[in-house]
Amino acid sequence: MSDATLSPAAMVGTTPEQLTTADGKPLKQALMRAQSHARRRAFLLVAPLLAFILLTFVMPIGQMLHRSVHNEGFTWHEDVASGQRTPIMTNLSQWFDQNELGTEPDEAAFAALAADLIVLREVKAAGQAGTRINYERSGSRSMFTKAARRAQRLEAPYKEAIVDLDEDWLDPDLWRVMRDASSSYTANFYLAALDRTKDADGNVTQVNENRQVYVKLFQRTLFLSIVITFMTFILAYPIAHLLATLPLAKSNLLMILVLLPFWTSLLVRTTSWMVLLQSQGVVNDALVSTGILADDNRLEMMYNQAGTLIAMTHILLPFMVLPLYSVMRPINPSYVRAARSLGATSWTAFRRVYFPQTVPGIGAGALLVFILAVGYYITPALVGGADGQLISNLIAFHMQNSLNWSLAAALAALLLGGILLLYWLYDRLVGIDNLKLG
Amino acid sequence: MANSSRNNAFVEFERVQKSYDGENLVVKDLNLTLPKGEFLTMLGPSGSGKTTCLMMLAGFETATHGDIRLDGVSINNIPPHKRGIGMVFQNYALFPHMTIAENLSFPLEVRGMGKSEREQKVKRALDMVEMGAFGGRRPSQLSGGQQQRIALARALVFEPELVLMDEPLGALDKQLREKMQFEITRLAHNLGITTVYVTHDQTEALTMSDRVAVFNDGRIQQLAPPNELYEAPVNSFVAQFIGENNTLEGTIKEINGNQALVQLDDGEVIHCKPVNVYKTGERARVSIRPERVEYNKDRMQEGAHTIKAEVLEFIYMGDIFRTRLKVAGNEEFIIKTRNAPDQVRLQAGQLIEIGWMPEDCHALDA
Ligand SMILES: Nc1ncnc2c1ncn2[C@@H]1O[C@H](COP(=O)(O)OP(=O)(O)OP(=O)(O)O)[C@@H](O)[C@H]1O
Ligand SMILES: [Mg+2]
Repeated sequence: MSDATLSPAAMVGTTPEQLTTADGKPLKQALMRAQSHARRRAFLLVAPLLAFILLTFVMPIGQMLHRSVHNEGFTWHEDVASGQRTPIMTNLSQWFDQNELGTEPDEAAFAALAADLIVLREVKAAGQAGTRINYERSGSRSMFTKAARRAQRLEAPYKEAIVDLDEDWLDPDLWRVMRDASSSYTANFYLAALDRTKDADGNVTQVNENRQVYVKLFQRTLFLSIVITFMTFILAYPIAHLLATLPLAKSNLLMILVLLPFWTSLLVRTTSWMVLLQSQGVVNDALVSTGILADDNRLEMMYNQAGTLIAMTHILLPFMVLPLYSVMRPINPSYVRAARSLGATSWTAFRRVYFPQTVPGIGAGALLVFILAVGYYITPALVGGADGQLISNLIAFHMQNSLNWSLAAALAALLLGGILLLYWLYDRLVGIDNLKLG
Repeated sequence: MANSSRNNAFVEFERVQKSYDGENLVVKDLNLTLPKGEFLTMLGPSGSGKTTCLMMLAGFETATHGDIRLDGVSINNIPPHKRGIGMVFQNYALFPHMTIAENLSFPLEVRGMGKSEREQKVKRALDMVEMGAFGGRRPSQLSGGQQQRIALARALVFEPELVLMDEPLGALDKQLREKMQFEITRLAHNLGITTVYVTHDQTEALTMSDRVAVFNDGRIQQLAPPNELYEAPVNSFVAQFIGENNTLEGTIKEINGNQALVQLDDGEVIHCKPVNVYKTGERARVSIRPERVEYNKDRMQEGAHTIKAEVLEFIYMGDIFRTRLKVAGNEEFIIKTRNAPDQVRLQAGQLIEIGWMPEDCHALDA
């Protein structure tokens, strides 16, 4: 150490000399060795947890991301009973390889199609292949099932024979979709999730106006989540402040009231809002019976955006109260007193001294509520009606009804990406170290 | 007399009472006048109502009864931010999200002062507490003593005429405490500020103050300059609380103006100066300071009262000797003697005769 300070090189700071231990080993290495044992033990200690996280978080999310770009509906068939995998549409895929996008499908193409249709019929995969094409071009599924049923009887010239079954087999868009689907990996589901599609020449275009749903829904989800976050903040701030300033015995009692919603089932809570808010509900009845509202003029507070807003604000309120409370409780009242004694009015003292100290709690609460709101599903499904649905409801629809899992995965991945983006923005603007979650 | 004291009074408490719960009086009948520029310390055991008094003066608690006046104006209805009182809190209360300079600039900002003037004043205040280089730091990056100085600077930067400090040195170690005690008094006197200082450290109170108000049980027991407080306590609580003290219990045998005869419980009769005892037959507590007792015959003054004692313990403390004796049945009788070259050293078990001047021996209430 003293050597280093004596050497002129170190003094000008060009080549800082390496520090060594008493017996001449580099200090860094010695430190590493000394710590490696402790680190190994620490790692073994957390290893089970790591495995758990890997299993429960990383793998499902990885699976989802993979599924959003990978679909074998038009390339492989797996027999449910035997588990045997058969490649399908191989001939057509070969033709696509040999002819580039935009080539008019010729006799060879239709011959390949006919051969593939026979395979489809043999392994009973026509429905599957048709469904895959149907994701991107509606009305295609029946064309496949119908053609596969007659595949055996098709004879050359195949083009005429197949077009004879259905004029649409000439549609260049269909051929474009089949070309994309003939490889398992595709970004088309992301395009669909953004209301985009490709035209026959492979250019990305917007879908028809009356079929644009996802972007609008993303926007609504974002908008409603922001409004909900803001409303929980407005409601939670005074509650948390009250809780934080009351003596502990009283504040604990009130805290139980705040947490009470956690103890009742989400469904019960949502249903009770339905009882309260529907047009024949308690609130409307009360307003009508007191003469504030005319009977034929009842407020529509349920099965629309208002229903989603009210119910979700209530349900997510504790997630805002708790982080706020946890930053407010330790704020010593002497800070505000000091500000007042220094000449600040109570408003200035609040704005300049109290509020800034609660910002980490606001950030944490807002992030929690926002992320929960963005992904919320049950409440909007029950009380949202048509225009109170959020993106999660559509994801659920594609998971359960249309069975287009790849699209559901793509939508979910976009949601995840959006949240990560917001998180990053928050980090840049406020700083993640400025976050106090509890 | 009452009139003249009212005229130069800067801070006045008049018959102030305070209760938090409506059942107990925390402050009972507080009367206090404080001239401009004085350094007054409120001293008292924990829970005696010192902080409460300070908070009432600062405006964070309201008096249940009575009147508090600042410069002749009743401040009961003036909100805290209009009182213009600088305050140093026990935990310093430096705003953690602001830098030191921003902390200091805060009181100037809320007064609408311009930027350049603010910067200038902040700089001057930082220099005053020798913290000029720390303006850009956060409070959490400072040591306790440094934070304390910043808290002081912040309370002074807007040039208040009255500064309140609530145990500002409580969290510091002894050495730093002594340094800061000196700095605070120096600043207060240089700037001519009126200061109300709260502590329960009696040395601090004695060394720093112009006058000390000894609190107990919600009342001022004695309000006097430090020397008077030490040498002429008005009751046994003050005598016990300030400095070290020997007490002997007894009964008044005779009382005659400036002289009293007290019969101690073991039969010995001694001469004392009566303070707050008035009748023959009353129980009394006789109080003598350890350093006013002499055992060296050569040094004993004419007219000293002597009494027999047994040495129980002799402790060499460097500058002084501290001897524990058994006197009139009291085994905790302490005497302190200066370590002079010719001083006799005692040994445990030795039987000696000690003596004191009757005027150093106070007969107080029991
Ligand atoms: N906000 C309050 N509510 C109820 N009682 C209080 C409150 N603040 C103080 N007290 C009570 O008032 C009495 C005096 O308290 P105070 O804080 O004035 O004492 P103190 O002299 O400053 O003591 P310390 O030296 O420990 O700071 C105590 O018995 C205390 O319990
Ligand atoms: Mg106190």
